[in-house]
Amino acid sequence: MSDRTTDTNRGGGLAFWAVGFILLVAMPLLNVLPPEDSWLHLSDFSLNRFGKFLAYGILALGLDLIWGYTGILSLGQGVFFGLGAYCMGMHMMLTIGKESVYGSDLPDFMVWNQFKELPLFWYPFYSFPVAVIGAVLVPMLFALVFGFFAFRSRIKGVYFAIITQALALVAWLVFNRNDTKLGGTNGLTDFKQVLGYRLSEPGTQRGLYILTVLCLGGAYLLCRWIIRSRAGRVLIAVRDSEKRVVFSGYTPANYKLFVFVVAAALAGLAGMLYAPQVGIITPAQIGVLPSLEMVIWVAVGGRGSLAGAVLGAVSVNYGRSVLTNYFPELWPFILGGLFVLVVLLFPDGLVGMIRKGKSLLSSRKTGEGKAAVSEGKR
Amino acid sequence: MSTSFVCLVKEQFTIMIISLGRTVAALGVAGLFLFSGQGWTIAADGPVAAPPTSSIEQALTQVTSEDESIRGAAVRVLIEQGDVSLVPRLEEIRATADRSIRQAIKPLMDLLKNRAKLTSPSTDVRRSAAADLGSSGNPSVIPWLDAARANEPNKWVRYTMEESVALIKLASDDPSIKAAAADKLGELGSQNGVPVLKQLVAAGDGAEATESQKTVAKAAGVAIDRIETWGVWSNVIETFFRGISLSSILLIMSLGLAIVFGLMGVINMAHGELMMVGAYATFVTQQCFTAWFSSDVFDWYFPAALPVSFLVAAVFGWVLEATVIRFLYGRPLETMLATWGVSLVLMQAARVYFGDLTAVIAPVPLRGGAQVMVGVYLPYNRIFIIALSIICVLAIYYTLFRSNLGLRVRAVTQNRNMSACLGIPTRKVDSYTFAFGSGLAGIAGWALTMVGNVDPGLGQNYIVDAFMVVVTGGVGKLAGTIVASLGIGGLNKLIEPYSGAVYGKVFILVLVILFLQWRPAGLFAMKGRDAD
Repeated sequence: MSDRTTDTNRGGGLAFWAVGFILLVAMPLLNVLPPEDSWLHLSDFSLNRFGKFLAYGILALGLDLIWGYTGILSLGQGVFFGLGAYCMGMHMMLTIGKESVYGSDLPDFMVWNQFKELPLFWYPFYSFPVAVIGAVLVPMLFALVFGFFAFRSRIKGVYFAIITQALALVAWLVFNRNDTKLGGTNGLTDFKQVLGYRLSEPGTQRGLYILTVLCLGGAYLLCRWIIRSRAGRVLIAVRDSEKRVVFSGYTPANYKLFVFVVAAALAGLAGMLYAPQVGIITPAQIGVLPSLEMVIWVAVGGRGSLAGAVLGAVSVNYGRSVLTNYFPELWPFILGGLFVLVVLLFPDGLVGMIRKGKSLLSSRKTGEGKAAVSEGKR
Repeated sequence: MSTSFVCLVKEQFTIMIISLGRTVAALGVAGLFLFSGQGWTIAADGPVAAPPTSSIEQALTQVTSEDESIRGAAVRVLIEQGDVSLVPRLEEIRATADRSIRQAIKPLMDLLKNRAKLTSPSTDVRRSAAADLGSSGNPSVIPWLDAARANEPNKWVRYTMEESVALIKLASDDPSIKAAAADKLGELGSQNGVPVLKQLVAAGDGAEATESQKTVAKAAGVAIDRIETWGVWSNVIETFFRGISLSSILLIMSLGLAIVFGLMGVINMAHGELMMVGAYATFVTQQCFTAWFSSDVFDWYFPAALPVSFLVAAVFGWVLEATVIRFLYGRPLETMLATWGVSLVLMQAARVYFGDLTAVIAPVPLRGGAQVMVGVYLPYNRIFIIALSIICVLAIYYTLFRSNLGLRVRAVTQNRNMSACLGIPTRKVDSYTFAFGSGLAGIAGWALTMVGNVDPGLGQNYIVDAFMVVVTGGVGKLAGTIVASLGIGGLNKLIEPYSGAVYGKVFILVLVILFLQWRPAGLFAMKGRDAD
């Protein structure tokens, strides 16, 4: 097993920098330099959309860490994503100021709902640093408390998946309510600026895109570092046989809690980057179904491979954005089919397929297929 | 007003009556002044003399008079002497009259219509007519109600009539009548009377309240206390019933899930959609009955749909097992994801094929409900679901503990390898059990058509709760599932009035997590080394 994880990153150095260069330098340049009608030109819309996908990629990294490497299926990542996005969203709502439709200091939805004054918990979010730190810290704290109770009592496997799914449902219900004072069903939207930069400017969006790429790179390095550390080996061991880990004198609960919190932090970071780029965050983006879709990104890309997680997040979302445009009715069929197909036929996702292709080409000893199957256990 | 009112009454009579009572009591008082301009006159008892046609004719012409006192007198005459046959003529007058006259005639027509309805063959119509008359606040209707009550066979219609009479008398000028009416309302436990009674109490509290006002206020206060005590009790009973009803829905849903989970360690995320399949099977059966059979036997579609929905869902489940789940044996998390994919496909297929909203018409015996006590109304469809869940549990107990398949299922659940060694075809057992569990989902869907619409999201409404039931109940014994669904369903409804549905759910999630601290594998865990 550990063989495989190192395998992912063999020669990964070059690829990492190459992909980093394309994402960080080439794509923004293609957006800025070529004239609009040139085929090389990357429209503002495309760049912005891609930035959104890459934000999802950050979340997928965290999910891969917890599911792909540690074998814990969390169906509630959307909650952490939402917490991050709402923290940032609250800050941006407050910076709208008098520009809002009703010209009030209060966010518009509060005016509709006839709140007289700002709820107390909104006040800290006037400050940008608080919003940024909160977007990561709030999901972490939440994951810490939830995970502490869950892992302490050895809730695992299917049980954990169901509990986290219930968490996603509950969060969705709570965020949908008006008396939570977070905008209800309509969520937070109509953002104008962040740190004085207008969100409607292509330049701001480009900046956000670059920031997202940098965060993604950082998150990738962090995850790789975790995986390669001793702790990472324990995580993989937990996935493969938790009992043996216990017998070897480790406390799996602590490691699981650690990885759950890291995954939550990455999801929060992703949400924080997502909100200003997309311009809206609603409960519909954090419920049961979105949380499950996040899992399928990782499955499609290839669980147990960090690059695969990002690849999956980008490709599934790209596919979604294209297909829902042309065949809106077909998308659920495709998504459902993907779930089934990937799980049944391609347990290692795109990365697994690429790797298989490679190994066929170099006609190395086969046997990896079998390894992949045995690995699929939980 | 009356037709829509009747429909509403059929569905949610209790809620209706409470909310109606508040508005109506106020209306009643207003209506009283409108009608009897110069004050209170209790209509003469005894049979009304045969109406001299001429006086009615005269009143009919006077009713359009500009002079309010003449008009009021005419209206009174028409109420006391007229009957429903006047309605068409009043309709004519109304068509040409101006606004203020139309306003005077409209309540008059309603009264006459409602009076006619007091002798309707339908109890619901009689009851709503009695309630309407009570809310008119017009003292002339008291003799009608008293007369109708004497011949009324139905207890609850009699109750409403008494209540209406007391409500009207409560607005009387005579303090002793008022106090007696308040007393009566207290005895009846009438929620409708509370707003007016509260006004009377407030009037008695005023600084310049007269002695008689104070007496009335005292009586009213006692009555309110009685009504409220009664209200608390009826509320307790209704909450209890709602809890049981939700629990049985959860139970029917969770049984299939729990058996499969116990046997194969697999949570079937498409379980909700198998329910949806069962519900659509019921819908299709209904359509077939409408198309092929005469309307006399229409109600039989519902029993006929029971085996249909079971079989259709079982076939779906069997195919699902054979094409997907079989290949994921020993990988429960992957199975969850794959079955979730299947559920998405099924949901979208239903949406594309059937559209968003289709409903099943409840067969006559399941419509309406039984009023067991004042303010306690139990809908038949809920009672039906409770009964069904009990039958399901019995059937499953029988299957598991008395049949050959059950024996094998239990053996494989306990130790798969050992059972295989002893010659039990474990894969076949899996396959049949999965089909059986799916069939149970189909039955759950069949039952759910009685409490809601048939729509593609049907399965999603309760499914997360059902998962929680399975997790909390554990997989060792059916008793776990039963206790867990009673607990979760009951708590849900118990908490709901205090915290609202959403925070109730939050609370339940917290409780389940805390519960799992104590029992990580649910109420009844499998014992033994194989239990992981």
